[in-house]
Amino acid sequence: MADQNTTSASDKAYWAANVRTIVIILVIWAVISFGFGILLRPALSGIQVGGTDLGFWFAQQGSIIGFLILIFFYAWRMNKLDREYGVEEE
Amino acid sequence: MDQFTLNLIFVGATFALYIGIAIWARAGSTSEFYAAGRGVHPILNGMATGADWMSAASFLSMAGIIAFGGYDTSAYLMGWTGGYVLLAMLLAPYLRKFGKFTVPEFIGDRFYSKGARMVAVICLIVASVTYVIGQMKGVGVAFSGFLNMSYSGGLWLGAAIVAMYAVLGGMKGITYTQVAQYVVLITAYTIPAIFISLQLTGNPIPALGLFADTTSGVPLLEQLDKVVQELGFRSYTAQSDTTLNIFLFTLSLMIGTAGLPHVIVRFFTVPKVSDARWSAGWALVFIALLYLTAPAVGAMARMNFINTIYPNGLTGETLAVDEQPNWMLNWERTGLLQIEDKNGDGHILYSADKETNEVVKLDRDIMVLANPEIANLPSWVIALVVAGGLAAALSTAAGLLMAISSAVSHDLIKGMLNPGISEKGELMAARISMLVSILLATWLGLNPPGFAAQTVALAFGLAAASIFPALMMGIFSTRVNNKGAVAGMLAGLIVTLVYIFLHKGWFFVPGTNSFTDADPLLFSIKSTSFGAVGALVNFAVAYVISSMTEDTPAEIKALVESVRVPRGAGGAVDH
Repeated sequence: MADQNTTSASDKAYWAANVRTIVIILVIWAVISFGFGILLRPALSGIQVGGTDLGFWFAQQGSIIGFLILIFFYAWRMNKLDREYGVEEE
Repeated sequence: MDQFTLNLIFVGATFALYIGIAIWARAGSTSEFYAAGRGVHPILNGMATGADWMSAASFLSMAGIIAFGGYDTSAYLMGWTGGYVLLAMLLAPYLRKFGKFTVPEFIGDRFYSKGARMVAVICLIVASVTYVIGQMKGVGVAFSGFLNMSYSGGLWLGAAIVAMYAVLGGMKGITYTQVAQYVVLITAYTIPAIFISLQLTGNPIPALGLFADTTSGVPLLEQLDKVVQELGFRSYTAQSDTTLNIFLFTLSLMIGTAGLPHVIVRFFTVPKVSDARWSAGWALVFIALLYLTAPAVGAMARMNFINTIYPNGLTGETLAVDEQPNWMLNWERTGLLQIEDKNGDGHILYSADKETNEVVKLDRDIMVLANPEIANLPSWVIALVVAGGLAAALSTAAGLLMAISSAVSHDLIKGMLNPGISEKGELMAARISMLVSILLATWLGLNPPGFAAQTVALAFGLAAASIFPALMMGIFSTRVNNKGAVAGMLAGLIVTLVYIFLHKGWFFVPGTNSFTDADPLLFSIKSTSFGAVGALVNFAVAYVISSMTEDTPAEIKALVESVRVPRGAGGAVDH
């Protein structure tokens, strides 16, 4: 392996920050797809969108748009964390 | 110029382009053959991943399934996009940092065992071959439609072209070719959708047209709901499958996406760890362009199909048997569409009632190909869709065959059986394993276990149950050891495979199944949704076995700590 150095406290903090970010994003990820698109659809049925309800829109389009935002947010946030913790590539 | 000649010109021209690129970027070394020398820009890599990813299932099959399944089939849309979030956060950056060529290599090193690597090779081959069967179904439909031959004839011809094409290039050839294929397939998908959306709703953006009003002033989806229910079908926008099955199906497709080796391997080919994160985002941008359009294509195709059969409204006279449009006659010749004038009145009746319905067979995989003809679009649009469908099927089949061949030649032969094999011998083994996989998948594709997208969904279930949990635990846990990982992968793969075979027939041989998806073994869980359960079994078994056996060695803990930080990621290193 190119890099087998020992892990420092800062590396551990970096990993913890990464895991925190992942958990937050996964919660949103689940809410916009499994939540609004499937489980919570009956609760959203009062909100009309173009001939159907909001849950249908989330299941067929809204979740996908949300996924895009989440991925780019993660990439931006992690590249920032990489620099903050000094673990970026040269 | 007739339609057939035009199809031939479009398909011929695009093929010449792909083959030209493949020859120009021909792989010279084994490292180029597998990982394209890591010199691919994230945006181009995103496009190539998009082409790799969007197969016959996404292009040809999915909208047709949505057209007839309505809301219930939203699982395909959410599942096949949501997995990229998992991939970007849970796997891609760390696997890039790890810096090897193949998925089994990571599993073998992380779980310090040749057995784990071997099991990973088996899981990979089972999932990928199933996936290729789905592609061959799509290729067979596309060729039979455009060359006016039987489905099986189209299938064998398609197999020959896939074989020639995949064996010629390596990953590098494939990457640049796939960028071209992406452009062809997205153009081919979008242009007819724009035309159709304009015709039905006056909105040039299909994704918005889906929720817009039709020319008669009623929202499209409301009108569609009304029409299908009057014909006795279930409502388009309402849920009719159980919540449990839709939930598990979506989850299976999501984690399967993150566990499919031919997609993961894409992230080995970006220059840096940070690029691996961006690449997943770019891939999803290019995928979303198609996936936001697909539900519109589905709903509009259903509408147009009904309007074709009922040109004078639901209460008026229906389409006469001897006035069928050309596209219907064409697809009837392939055997994928069958009309039977049961009551002998010379007119076609289409309804949910099995006794009186005269559209006796309508293979959903023909809908996207037939769509431009149903809407009376110009013939060049039809030719473009044929070329796009073939691009989608070919690019994915090639990527999968690449993953299978590298697992066999690199992991199985070079990594375990014969470490001293020459580069030439390794490439030869890679090419032979590609040919064998194509033959097997084509033979099984003669009697596919479902529509293209359903067959592909089974492959996702298998990847979800076997590969994804092992990779994720390998990165996020330092405690899961070799015994846990092997037991977990085997348990996940076997329960899922057995569940699928119980419903789809043993080794997909028709008639050997004990249950059907209409009345499944466990609750309402269909075989396509079982991957999520298999993944849970995998996680649980791995944790329990690991906690009962010895801790992982210190150097493995150090390896895990090191893949977690980007610092020091070099190029790929071979053994």
